[in-house]
Amino acid sequence: ADWNEAAFKAKEMPEALSALVGSESAERDGRIHIKAPDIAENGAVVPVTVEAEIDGVTSIAIFAEKNQTPLIAAFELGPNAMPFASTRIKMAETADVTAVVKAGDQVFRNSRTVKVTIGGCGG
Amino acid sequence: MSDIKIRAKSKNGVTTVKCLMSHPMETGLRKDSKSGELIPAHFIQEVVCKAKGEVVMTASWSGGVSKNPYLSFKFAGGAEGDPVEITWTDNRGQTQSATTTISS
Repeated sequence: ADWNEAAFKAKEMPEALSALVGSESAERDGRIHIKAPDIAENGAVVPVTVEAEIDGVTSIAIFAEKNQTPLIAAFELGPNAMPFASTRIKMAETADVTAVVKAGDQVFRNSRTVKVTIGGCGG
Repeated sequence: MSDIKIRAKSKNGVTTVKCLMSHPMETGLRKDSKSGELIPAHFIQEVVCKAKGEVVMTASWSGGVSKNPYLSFKFAGGAEGDPVEITWTDNRGQTQSATTTISS
């Protein structure tokens, strides 16, 4: 897969979402579980785990909505991959961490607010 | 020698892979504290994860992933001794790869 420059360089969430999955919005779905701290003391390292109880998941994307470029990571899943991805992200400030899950042509999302006490994007 | 550390463990038919990579993950938005100049972007853009030669997951990243990235994923199947290979490529075209075998 080629690196999706339009999605990664987008400065607003709807623009990033549209470039990534072809739609600006997605249905909120409680079957997407986001594990992240309620309060992150260090915005440079915020552990985020996304797990979806949805069949046929083909991709998982992680966004930090208030970062200068919200799209952090997009995971394309092969047929054997479980709907699970875990990594550590940088967050500029307190914001919603949003997971967008694609299953075939259906797109779902869920969010979780992470309070950041020290921003992680330097400056 | 590769700086990627990988662990792959199989339990009840599901293999969990955890890995750590060494990379500065510069966003290109940060300024050098002494010179005040922007530090050029330098981050991993793509991580390809293979099990027994087949792609299980491809991760595309921005500079928003933390320095020295951590990645974990799971896949169905995978037997003890099967190879798991992780390859990353960054925005400067540098690449690194490492392989481990699944333990139980």
